[in-house]
Amino acid sequence: MNKKRLISLLIPVLAIVLGLIVGAIIMMVSGYDPVVGYTQLWEGIFGDPYVMGETVRQITPYILAGLAVAFAFKTGLFNIGVEGQLIVGWFAAVWVGLSFDMPAVLHIPFAILVAGLAGALWAFIPGILKARLGVNEVVVTIMLNYVALHVTNALIRGIAGKDTTDRIAETASLRIPFFEEITMYSRMHGGIFIAILAVIIIYFILQKTKLGYELKAVGFNQDASKYAGMNVPRNIVISMVISGFLAGLAGAMEGLGTFEYVATKTSTTGIGFEGIAVAVLGANHPIGVVFGAILFGALKYGSLNMPNPPAQIPSEMITIIIAIIIFFVASAYLFQWLYEKFSKKKGVK
Amino acid sequence: MEELGLIGIIAFVFYTSLSYAAPLIFTGLGAVFSERSGVTNIGLEGIMQIGAFTGIITNLMLADTFKGMTPWVAIIIAMVIGSIFSLLLAVSSVTFRSDQIIAGTALNMLAAGATVFLVKKIFDGKGQTPYIQETITRFDIPVLEDIPVLGPLFFQNVYITSYLAVLAAILGWFVLFKTPFGLRIRSVGEHPTAADTMGIKVNRMRYIGVMISGALGGIGGAIFSQTITLDYSAATISGQGFMAIAAMIFGKWNPLGMMGAAIFFGFAQSLSVVGTSIPFVQDIPTVYLYILPYVLTILAIAGFIGKSVAPKALNQPYIKGQR
Repeated sequence: MNKKRLISLLIPVLAIVLGLIVGAIIMMVSGYDPVVGYTQLWEGIFGDPYVMGETVRQITPYILAGLAVAFAFKTGLFNIGVEGQLIVGWFAAVWVGLSFDMPAVLHIPFAILVAGLAGALWAFIPGILKARLGVNEVVVTIMLNYVALHVTNALIRGIAGKDTTDRIAETASLRIPFFEEITMYSRMHGGIFIAILAVIIIYFILQKTKLGYELKAVGFNQDASKYAGMNVPRNIVISMVISGFLAGLAGAMEGLGTFEYVATKTSTTGIGFEGIAVAVLGANHPIGVVFGAILFGALKYGSLNMPNPPAQIPSEMITIIIAIIIFFVASAYLFQWLYEKFSKKKGVK
Repeated sequence: MEELGLIGIIAFVFYTSLSYAAPLIFTGLGAVFSERSGVTNIGLEGIMQIGAFTGIITNLMLADTFKGMTPWVAIIIAMVIGSIFSLLLAVSSVTFRSDQIIAGTALNMLAAGATVFLVKKIFDGKGQTPYIQETITRFDIPVLEDIPVLGPLFFQNVYITSYLAVLAAILGWFVLFKTPFGLRIRSVGEHPTAADTMGIKVNRMRYIGVMISGALGGIGGAIFSQTITLDYSAATISGQGFMAIAAMIFGKWNPLGMMGAAIFFGFAQSLSVVGTSIPFVQDIPTVYLYILPYVLTILAIAGFIGKSVAPKALNQPYIKGQR
């Protein structure tokens, strides 16, 4: 394994370890027992079949949201709008689940497809603005997150007449009886297969196709790609649309799997932003994203067990730890800087 | 409400607009300083949370000591804490060259986690603080309140913070465009290499820019929580920080333009809140009022409403000797 590859693997691992250590220090300073805290966190993830099922359930949308962020990033685009694309995807999935009457073999794929398309459409706006007018996608996607939030709230009230829709039809549900039986009736659902399939497809697109090559080339150097005859604006739009599609799928996981309904929200769901964390930890690589999603999804769900006695630690402790991990990963130069300082002291160049 | 009359309605909408605008103006001014120095501060949402949280907690703790002065003391403490918190962004993105957007996102997560964590720690597991008793009070501005028509409209029964926000924006404009310090801030955001050649310490100026934004975001958050919500929970700040960033872009990175945008956004927000009791406005579905600021900002940055051009060196860490 070459040195660069090693460092790119080492940094996330170091960051995770440092994040957990800093978390332990914060717990101690706040008068909590970190050993008890982490033990309960562990039990909250692996304690019994129910929590294990729920952990998988939590990981599912994280994989797709992280994949969405990572995919756009490969083309040099920062899709902060995964949150908004997820929200419209969630709504679209539930809408299809409620309004159509068809057999499950058609209903589920149709609902998932519409959710993906809704997310793709939402991402098309920043994509086309970036491609045609050079508008910064970060700003547009942030703004669209809040537009998505308020518009879907209005639509939910419109179709349901109240703040929560009815449950979707059985035929659109991702629930799998076998999973329910082995996990003591957790909300774990078949979406995990869709998430893994998406990872494989995205990996294939990026590594083995001309499209993937072009998208990455545009991400590396737009000018060079242009001179090589690639259509840069088109690639930017395609990248955003695929990213939005993935985000829409993440929304479908919530709408067809976890909740089976959609309710109005006072603020964003947070999954889109955690998707950024997942992608950052996974170094924007599809496989890395899976690991990132497993870690953050597990931490997030396991944290719900921390407020129980005897630990009684607020679950937000884990949000703090995730943020710290991201600071460390993002500040990769910190490690380089420390390494150089350390080497100099020892007189080694 | 029907008894208010036209002047009454206008005055009502006006001061509700201004009370929503004040936190946006302070935070947006912070965004201007940070971005003009070349650092995107997506973390302002989180900084506002820190400010709102600090404002409420210090207000609750110090109310017995400072009585009526409590909100002001709380604002000052929130300013200091906000500034210290923003150092995280400065250290990671200026010194350790992290991506500014990622660092800002991490800042938001950290603030959301840390504030609720502390609320639960302090209030035995409850996710919400009690309501504060000492609030920022409305009052009449002497002399000006007696002006016929304009007096009742603009100068009676107002939050003083709204007028302080306007003054702050004007001061911010003066500092940024009429002082050597402002020129230095702008130069490191436009062309850091040239600034460096002229002996300006690029990274130091960026630290200052970010810390000013942290201080102003802290003030903005503390004003928001002490005038509008009066308590702190996870839902207190939901998008106000991003809306302040929107105001900055809509105002073309200029403090005065930002102020105009913030007042307009405050107006849209206030209509969505009080509009149900105003004839004509009550017929507009509130969703349009909610999304108006965001849609306008997208149109503005896309160049449909004048061209908004960001500082050139935004988002790029400065590495000496690199071209």
